Amino acid sequence: MSPLLPKVPLGNYVENAVNWIDATFGFILDGISAILSFLLDLFLDILLFLPHWLFIVLFIVAAYFLTGRNWHIAAIGGIGFFVLDNLQLWSLGMQTIALVISSAVIALIIGIPVGILSSKNDGFKSAIKPLLDLMQTMPPFVYLIPAVIFFGLGNVPGLIATIVFAMPPGIRLTDLGIRQVPTELVEVADAFGSTPMQKLFKVQLPVALQTIMTGINQVIMLSLSMVVIAAMIGARGLGYQVLIGIQRVDIGLGFEAGLGIVIIAIILDRLTQGLTPE
Amino acid sequence: MTDEEEVLIEVNNLSKIFGENPNQAVSLLNEGYTKNEIHEKTGQTVGLYDINFKVKKGEIFVLMGLSGSGKSTLLRCINRLIPPTYGEVYIEGEDIAKMDMEQLRKIRREKLSMVFQNFALLPHRTVLDNVAYGLEVYGVEKEERYKASREAIETVGLKGYEESRITQLSGGMQQRVGLARALATDPHFLLMDEAFSALDPLIRSEMQDELLALQEQVHKTIIFVTHDLDEALKIGDRIALMKDGQIVQVGTAEEILTNPANQYVSQFIAGVDKSKVLTAESVMMTPEPVVSINSGPSVALQLMREHGISSIFVVNKHKGLEGVVTVEDAAEARRNKKNLEDVIIREYPTTTKDTQLKDIIPMIAESSYPVAVVDDNNKLHGVLVRGGILGAIAMEEEEQ
Ligand SMILES: Nc1ncnc2c1ncn2[C@@H]1O[C@H](COP(=O)(O)OP(=O)(O)OP(=O)(O)O)[C@@H](O)[C@H]1O
Ligand SMILES: [Mg+2]
Repeated sequence: MSPLLPKVPLGNYVENAVNWIDATFGFILDGISAILSFLLDLFLDILLFLPHWLFIVLFIVAAYFLTGRNWHIAAIGGIGFFVLDNLQLWSLGMQTIALVISSAVIALIIGIPVGILSSKNDGFKSAIKPLLDLMQTMPPFVYLIPAVIFFGLGNVPGLIATIVFAMPPGIRLTDLGIRQVPTELVEVADAFGSTPMQKLFKVQLPVALQTIMTGINQVIMLSLSMVVIAAMIGARGLGYQVLIGIQRVDIGLGFEAGLGIVIIAIILDRLTQGLTPE
Repeated sequence: MTDEEEVLIEVNNLSKIFGENPNQAVSLLNEGYTKNEIHEKTGQTVGLYDINFKVKKGEIFVLMGLSGSGKSTLLRCINRLIPPTYGEVYIEGEDIAKMDMEQLRKIRREKLSMVFQNFALLPHRTVLDNVAYGLEVYGVEKEERYKASREAIETVGLKGYEESRITQLSGGMQQRVGLARALATDPHFLLMDEAFSALDPLIRSEMQDELLALQEQVHKTIIFVTHDLDEALKIGDRIALMKDGQIVQVGTAEEILTNPANQYVSQFIAGVDKSKVLTAESVMMTPEPVVSINSGPSVALQLMREHGISSIFVVNKHKGLEGVVTVEDAAEARRNKKNLEDVIIREYPTTTKDTQLKDIIPMIAESSYPVAVVDDNNKLHGVLVRGGILGAIAMEEEEQ
């Protein structure tokens, strides 16, 4: 069956556009790529610098005190990392953690200010709303294509795709949290003569903190849910291992790597929840 | 003009329209449309219309009215949390409506404080840091602002709770924190929006007493919003009664109760226990007749007979009250050729002009003579007789 009208060469258009962007902004993309991969490697080096036992001990101590003496979280973290070590997934796990934390941090560095802006400005909020809806409804695979086009294969495009995919709840929940601050509290800030910045940092953000922390938690979890997908365009770590397991139908390999991801998910989830003030 | 009479806040022709086209709303108002009609016609809400009043230094000025009458809006126009649509709001001579943001912040930090209905404390801060908020945004050093805040906390009776979390405190205590926060910056004005309305009746009454006691100490100028008439009558030096965004009457509790401006005010105050508000002054009768202590008993008897009374107050030549003489004693004095001075009764009940009726009624019930209303120099200003008081209360009731 032939179409009613001659086919619109949409694919060609897009390809041309992408080529043009690549040619024109290529140097910027390369710059971004270089910076990101440098930071990612640095982060990974730091994570891998310590002996495993020392890392575990430090994690337990830090988690215990940072979460207001919650030994539960410290224990889960300790056991989790011990299992990673035992399964000889330490360095892959650290690669995954580096990727997840980096993309979550970047997503939040962008997302929280955007959320703040959107909470202050209804026009801006309605302008970004369709974009956020789109970002959340699109299957995550879709992000892989532009990421690969602009950044090639490897960790960086994986990072970028993950950032884009994980960002919306960071924006949404920051916006929501600030809008939910009771009017009377905002009035307190104004009535006592706060500047807009004082109002934001002394009243709105602290009061919205719980909701924002929920957003942070979701961003981290979404980042983690991308590790296997990002591995398809060359991101390293446990996700890649799972992929290999699937390709080779190596159930044992796939299972162990999958378990590693679950362990990291549990640790990061509990940790961010533990950091949320009551 | 004495210091007490100094006007510190002056509101002129203040209007607030919530909506896109305030000019249209105002011209409809001028044509006589009501707030509801304008809302139906244009979708705009008349928050305030043509408000004028002055607040004097050191007074507690109460804004009272039913829900939606515009009390909170008016209060917020005074510190410009809500910007007025028209009109002027002079705070110590400066029009806050015309200030730029910098000036506005300055006057809010230095002169105006606010206490909120639902306390509005910051949940992530301790009591001390809540109280210190105003000084903190002002940029006062930590040590200094904590010092001032601790003092404010002590003033409101919360010493020892400085490090407590807000959620650990009862409602009454939370509002004390709110009050301390407002006092910590040592402002000239306290704006209080239904500050006690969220509290249990018992705690509320306690807080009212404490506010009055506190005011004796700190002498702020207070604008207090309430929908509770009893509260208004209790704490207000003057009261502005609001209806549909307008002020219907301004006056002291007594002026409003004894002289309601219109039907609406009369209805509003119906059911108030007058004896709690009316004072001796409003129900006393002119001290007619009195007899000079130098006159003889015959003059006293004659006066009593003429006025049909059974006792008469005796005054000296400076109109100072000497005592009271009954008709029996006077007759006996005449028979025995004695002076009035010999039969005068010097143990008699007295009171002052601003004593409340509820305190006078038992006095009258116990005494067999009228109650004398005197000033500090014991000069006689009026007398209270049983029939007169009951009559006055009954008359008030009938007028409504
Ligand atoms: N932001 C706003 N937008 C539109 N209308 C408003 C706004 N704020 C107040 N109003 C309206 O202005 C009028 C006065 O409201 P206001 O809150 O001042 O009343 P109030 O006397 O304080 O009542 P309450 O006892 O319920 O607190 C009401 O009709 C209200 O609906
Ligand atoms: Mg109100």
